Amino acid sequence: MSVIKFTEDHEWLAIDGDVATCGITVYAQEQLGDVVFVDLPDVGQSFATGDEAAVVESVKAAAEVYAPIAGEIVEVNSTVAENPATVNEDAQGGGWFFKLRIADAGELDGLMDQAAYDAFVEGLE
Amino acid sequence: MSQSRDKSGGLKLIEIEGGPRTHSGHRGLDHEEPLIFEQGAPESTGVDLPEVGDFTDRLGGLARQGPTGLPGLSEPEVVRHFVRISRDNHAIDMAMYPLGSCTMKHNPRLNEKVARLAGLAEVHPLQPPETAQGALELIDTLAHWLITLTGMPAVAMSPAAGAHGELCGMMCIRAALDARGESRQVVLVPESAHGTNPATAAMCGYRVEAIAADPRGRVDVAALAERLGPDVAGVMLTNPNTCGLFESDIVEIARLVHAAGGYFYCDGANFNAIMGRVRPGDLGIDCMHINLHKTFSTPHGGGGPGSGPVVLSEALAPFAPRPYVIREGDGFRLVESEHDPADDGRAFGRLKGFHGQMGMFIRALTYMMSHGADGLRQAAEDAVLNANYVRAGLEDVMSLPFPGPCMHEVLFDDASLKDTGVTTLDLAKAMIDEGVHPMTMYFPLVVHGAMLIEPTDSESKASLDEFIALMRGLMADAAAGDVDRFEGAPFHAPRRRLDETRAARQPVLRWRPPAPAEAAE
Amino acid sequence: MRYLPHNEGERAAMLAAIGVGGIDDLYVDVPEDVRLDALIDLPAHQGELEVERAIAGLAAKNMSAATSPFFIGAGAYRHHVPASADHLIQRSEFLTAYTPYQPEVSQGTLKALFEFQTQVAMITGMDVANASMYDGATSTAEAVLMAARVTRRKRAVLSGGLHPQYRDVVQTMLRYTEFSADGAAVDFAGDEDLAALIDDDTACVVVQNPDVFGRLRDLSPLAEAAHAKGALLVAVVNEIVSLGAVVPPGDMGADIVAAEGQSLGNPLTFGGPHLGLFACRDKHVRQMPGRLCGETVDAAGRRGFVLTLSTREQHIRREKATSNICTSSGLCGLAFTIHLALLGDVGFRHLARLNHARAVALADRLAALPGVEVVNESFFNEFTLRLSRDAGEVVSALAAAGVLGGVPAARLFPGEAAAANLLILATTETVSDGDVDRLEAGLKEVLS
Repeated sequence: MSVIKFTEDHEWLAIDGDVATCGITVYAQEQLGDVVFVDLPDVGQSFATGDEAAVVESVKAAAEVYAPIAGEIVEVNSTVAENPATVNEDAQGGGWFFKLRIADAGELDGLMDQAAYDAFVEGLE
Repeated sequence: MSQSRDKSGGLKLIEIEGGPRTHSGHRGLDHEEPLIFEQGAPESTGVDLPEVGDFTDRLGGLARQGPTGLPGLSEPEVVRHFVRISRDNHAIDMAMYPLGSCTMKHNPRLNEKVARLAGLAEVHPLQPPETAQGALELIDTLAHWLITLTGMPAVAMSPAAGAHGELCGMMCIRAALDARGESRQVVLVPESAHGTNPATAAMCGYRVEAIAADPRGRVDVAALAERLGPDVAGVMLTNPNTCGLFESDIVEIARLVHAAGGYFYCDGANFNAIMGRVRPGDLGIDCMHINLHKTFSTPHGGGGPGSGPVVLSEALAPFAPRPYVIREGDGFRLVESEHDPADDGRAFGRLKGFHGQMGMFIRALTYMMSHGADGLRQAAEDAVLNANYVRAGLEDVMSLPFPGPCMHEVLFDDASLKDTGVTTLDLAKAMIDEGVHPMTMYFPLVVHGAMLIEPTDSESKASLDEFIALMRGLMADAAAGDVDRFEGAPFHAPRRRLDETRAARQPVLRWRPPAPAEAAE
Repeated sequence: MRYLPHNEGERAAMLAAIGVGGIDDLYVDVPEDVRLDALIDLPAHQGELEVERAIAGLAAKNMSAATSPFFIGAGAYRHHVPASADHLIQRSEFLTAYTPYQPEVSQGTLKALFEFQTQVAMITGMDVANASMYDGATSTAEAVLMAARVTRRKRAVLSGGLHPQYRDVVQTMLRYTEFSADGAAVDFAGDEDLAALIDDDTACVVVQNPDVFGRLRDLSPLAEAAHAKGALLVAVVNEIVSLGAVVPPGDMGADIVAAEGQSLGNPLTFGGPHLGLFACRDKHVRQMPGRLCGETVDAAGRRGFVLTLSTREQHIRREKATSNICTSSGLCGLAFTIHLALLGDVGFRHLARLNHARAVALADRLAALPGVEVVNESFFNEFTLRLSRDAGEVVSALAAAGVLGGVPAARLFPGEAAAANLLILATTETVSDGDVDRLEAGLKEVLS
């Protein structure tokens, strides 16, 4: 069972060894509405924390997905590129965006766990 | 009109049966018209051209091989097609079009008539200037009206639309700063701004930062003063702003921006509210574009063409783009390049081919001459009067985020729809059933569920009374929990709500011939 | 004032309903010292008759193509526009509608846009086209910006045969960005080697066909050279009727086509409004500027059309938009679509062949005059003459004789000595044999 972390930009990370699988949260996809397009990074690209790594679009909105931690892209999810509805249907599962090789595991300590994120979202409403 | 009012102030509801299915798929005057590509025959045509005899082409071996795929239709078929599809459009000539920030006012047909005079429509931009003196004089005359109305010393005429005018103004600012040897990086734009403002600033290499609004829907002057500094190139502000309010501190804002060494760009999309009542030149701004297709009624045409001349302060005028018209002796001349002896080389460049949207200049000048100084001021006052009349007629049933008089448009938010199950979008679609075009929705971004209503100076009192009554009726229906009539709306339009998600997920952006297998079935 | 519905009684009643004493009370937010009490110093309102007379008076001071033999092109062409096209665009439902933000009551505009996009894609040989730009020059600049986004490179190479105003607009639009465009030298001889200018930082090569001197070139080798280096080919067409006779840029490997569409449906009107066309390949559609209309279905399952892929645009993406464009050239695009619908495949190709035939005949006739040399080996409906004297003087003398006889190259290329004696001359189906007689006689006299 991997560890799940969250950011204030509504991204989730599932940590498995030195690789983090990243996507947007259920709350984020609800805010966006029907996702119509996902623009993914290239495998091999490296990002610093907070760099724009992907874009997710609904009919009336576009949101940048930032690299939640620094690292290099090792895999992207072609399913969400081909069938963006997956993001709505299974945001925190099959709707993942990319996998990142973690550059500095210490960065993970600054992220929220499930309980902290739930409280964070509640505070927004 | 024989509609009666019920006690809620709304119109009495009229129920109409759907009627039987038709064999043709048409419904009376409402025809289901196929695309031109689904009609006609490849060998047909709607023109008769003289025969061409045999000759040896001079196409350098690049003669087109094979057909284009275009369909062939006769003239009656083409005319019927476009007449039929035209009837699926709402238009200002048909009913109220209160699209906030868009100034959908009446388009006089005199403007169309004179724009088609052969002495204007059939004049080439590159014919010798001595053979186009009337065209140059017309541009110069319109420029005179614009600088007189705005109280600004100069105007750049060539920008093709509002956003293009913004680009012109911001490039003047960038050029002026470059000439001062200063590289400032930031442009301040309020969150309520049109999307074109930040997009334009970015095209000029600037980073955009938001300016905070105060609780009155205006720029927070203290926060602005705090942020201004040596890195700020300028401020882009719409006045009257997109909340329909006059920026009452605008003179102070201009002073602060200038004191910090920046320039003040004013988005003039809403000039219709103040023409003849206030001169932007007296407010301290450095540049402002004017949408001739809004304020001066050149028709919107379903998305253009527009025209966006930019009035400029003394500080920015030297950097205006080429070409421009100058007087010389008894006549007029175009300055088109830095090689012209009249040019000092400071222009930032050229923004479009040729000299500007002449067809729009003709229409705008015709409109301005028809109104005159007295009529333009009256038009501004009537636009403001009409918006306030709508405000007064609806403020007890709709939620007004910023109380007090508005300018030419009135902004409501969706607080009065809270807990009704009806959204701003639903309300807008129900307005379609009532025979009026919806207001601007979800813009500006600074209030929740924004509804921006701009009736313009073209609406009569009777028309506004009907509008107020139908809006009151809809608000009463929403309050009464009649959600169905909103969620399903529109019912009485050529189409029900369209699936925009599907359009964006699997884009179909052109017609393609059916695949052969399918065609054979 | 005939356009303002209220009378004074109604205004008073409305002010009373609002609860204010007078109109000034609605302008209270305007600082007192900048309120205008007096009328601005401009003429008072006038009736239709007076205004029409005044504008007609200005029109009468111009020489018009309607009454003079006319041979001017260089980016704007005089073609016959069918009467029904101009009539149909003046229907209230098209003329007085806004951008189709509410698709349920804008299917007319949207359906016409879908047809427009399809027509543009068909004649250029491309996959998709947008709903129009301001004009050919701004389309070209947007194409360069798009190529830079697609390739993530920073430099464009501009052909020396590109219309110089297009070149100026591209360079102006790039001036304050991180991108730049290097122009090749003006290609007077028609022998520029653009492939040699492409390097690993080249986003695109921009080449016009026919070029500003009227010459045609096969773009395929250039497309191959660009693609070999990972760059795009932007093909510019400023006489769109040429595509009825010439291999379309899409068939020669173009990645983006930026074109001027004025020739179909739209009058010259001293240079505007004209019609920017913009087409590209499917794979780059999300990097396109401008509006796009797409097909979908409504809640009852019927086919309908909407503006789509809007997240590229300024009203959603703001400073990250693909362009700041909002209002474009809608009604000019409708005129184009109606004209091209009337022509159809047969009429479009016939019109192009007619134009070319007229140009071939004109070139042969003028080449026989002393002091005249036809520079072009290939052309469509426009070509360049080398005269025995300054072309600007010749054009002025022709104008004095009532003939609008082409554009002196020096007007387009000021400061280029090689341009002095070059005259760029266009002919279309609107030119009569009598017009040609007068041009020939005029040239003979001026050059003798």
